[in-house]
Amino acid sequence: MFKENEIIEIKRDREKWGEKLEKSLAKAPEIKERFSTVSDMEIGRLYTPEDIQGFDVQRDLGFPGEYPFTRGVQPSMYRGRHWTMRMFSGFGSAEDTNKRYHYLLSQGQTGLSVAFHMPTLMGYDSDSPLARGEVGKCGVAIDTLKDMEILFHGIPLDKVTTSMTINPPAAILLAMYIAVAEKQGVNKKQIGGTIQNDMLKEFIAQKTFMCPPKPSVRIIVDTIEYCTKEVPLWNTISISGYHIREAGSTAVQELAFTLADGIGYVQAAIERGLDVDSFAPRLSFFFNAHIDFFEEIAKYRAARRIWARVMKERFKAKNPRSWLLRFHTQTAGCSLTAQQPYNNVVRTAFEALAAVLGGTQSLHTNSLDEVLALPSEESATIALRTQQIIAEETGVTNTIDPLGGSYFVESLTNRMEEDAMEYINKIDEMGGIIEAIERGYPQNEIAKAAYHYQQQIDGEEKTMVGVNKYVMEDTISIETLKISPDLEKIQIARTREVKENRDNGKVNACLDKIRSACEGNGNVMPPILDAVKEYATLQEICDVFREVFGVYRDPGMF
Amino acid sequence: MDSEVKVRIMIAKPGLDGHDRGAKIIARGLRDAGYEVIYTGLHQTPEQIVNAAIQEDVDAIGLSSLAGAHKHLFLQILKLLEKNVAGDIIVFGGGIIPDEDIPELMGIGIRAIFRPGTKIEDAVNWVKTNVKPRVTPQVDRL
Repeated sequence: MFKENEIIEIKRDREKWGEKLEKSLAKAPEIKERFSTVSDMEIGRLYTPEDIQGFDVQRDLGFPGEYPFTRGVQPSMYRGRHWTMRMFSGFGSAEDTNKRYHYLLSQGQTGLSVAFHMPTLMGYDSDSPLARGEVGKCGVAIDTLKDMEILFHGIPLDKVTTSMTINPPAAILLAMYIAVAEKQGVNKKQIGGTIQNDMLKEFIAQKTFMCPPKPSVRIIVDTIEYCTKEVPLWNTISISGYHIREAGSTAVQELAFTLADGIGYVQAAIERGLDVDSFAPRLSFFFNAHIDFFEEIAKYRAARRIWARVMKERFKAKNPRSWLLRFHTQTAGCSLTAQQPYNNVVRTAFEALAAVLGGTQSLHTNSLDEVLALPSEESATIALRTQQIIAEETGVTNTIDPLGGSYFVESLTNRMEEDAMEYINKIDEMGGIIEAIERGYPQNEIAKAAYHYQQQIDGEEKTMVGVNKYVMEDTISIETLKISPDLEKIQIARTREVKENRDNGKVNACLDKIRSACEGNGNVMPPILDAVKEYATLQEICDVFREVFGVYRDPGMF
Repeated sequence: MDSEVKVRIMIAKPGLDGHDRGAKIIARGLRDAGYEVIYTGLHQTPEQIVNAAIQEDVDAIGLSSLAGAHKHLFLQILKLLEKNVAGDIIVFGGGIIPDEDIPELMGIGIRAIFRPGTKIEDAVNWVKTNVKPRVTPQVDRL
């Protein structure tokens, strides 16, 4: 980027400036000895061309929509179209959540994102003994196609795209979605959306798991294979760093483990015999937007560049769409505080701004009360308005990648790439991400980082306003969303009624077909689709998975 | 009583909730403070937790819940402890617990609730003050 003689001159000038600075520091020292990011990455006093000496604009930056996509995946970015404002939402019954969806769409939200309750996430029906106390609590209860029909009532699935945060039973929820679309007269080739379907990060961080890693990846590859042919507009997987970060990782760990998971899935699909360019364009990603502004922006820019290089150089993908890292972002739940909760609006706004400056394709902004409960309608509206203010008032969308070329941001982007590649190489040496997970490597790295951060907070090396600094004794009480205690009974009654009114002979025949597919090499998706149309329950299908593949147990390391 | 007897604490994750960051930090913090710590791992039923607590002969159980099922699960665990004549095991909790639920939880016998923003040291100090080795007669400890 700079000629050698220019760098020499800049170095000389910086040294002169440094002498002056020393004198001023002698009189008034800096407020801290060491400045570092929220991930404890040390940050220098000033960045100059010296810090990006080897930087090659064509090689490392490129143009928006062009390899290696550091500046963004689309040529026009937000000048062409804003990111999708997609608020993660689900609570109580399918009726309750359907009402919230209609409300959010009426307020200018542009896509849906379904939060399921714990039993659905773990593959249990609401009438399971393991679901006691959990029904509708942290998401919507979905047991059968009946619930799914209510959830999307009056929402045209050929016009709205839907993201579903679902992992072990992802294939089943996708099948239910296809079935609902077909009932609306919408062909599966027209529907768009995403299933999270990323089991590797479940073992690493989010911990909603069912079967062991290898069969879990096999089911994922089944969905990738099926969608590639049958549901071509569907994002088959959302390779997620969000939960890795929430579990306490650093930004570099989030980046590295997420991309290592991505590499694991691409490898598994290629081993199945799929052509990389047939499925790679439908892979999508999901990152956290934590509070450290520039670290996050650098993380997104580095993510795009690493993925483009991995796909092109390592997996020899030829289709430029296979090189693209398209991602959803959610602001960091773990950065929010129960103390002085209105401050969370401010945190979320900064985090959302970082996601936008980092070039996200869709965004969920957390509500101020999410540290206490599921968001109320009012708080969810403020969170959505935060995105609309960024998009339409602040002017940051006027130009593409406004921070490109900043000495600091480019230098930090390089560092994120280098440090993440170091982890990725280490995981490769272990034999890949599944091996690394089985050894507990990423889990332990994250637990160490989480503990380190907590010690920094406790030792007041890092600040959380309202928690370890600027503490107020009086807590502000805010109205939170309550889930009716009757919901559990109502939901159980509905699921029992569905079971009584269906053709159990047909259901069992469908379940047998799923079992044979699991035991053999058949793709599980077609028999699952048949089963959900006969109103087989989520748990009935998951029980087949558990029988055939076994159950994964948390090793309980700490 | 031998003052060298180590206090044994179980950190447990009841229910289907997978958020284990806080539970693991507290487990580590207590271990670093010199306690014997048993961590159950995730997705434990109340029965599994109580059985393990009795088998491991713990002096206290710390329950972590961040997905809204705390009222039901904590109560089940306390009931099962009573039923198994282990009601003297001290039970405390932590996680995403709304303000308005705290009086009810304290009322049923949860001795303390640690919410987001708690310092490791504060939780450890609470344990130091409130948890002593149980005085179960040795003959009963077969």
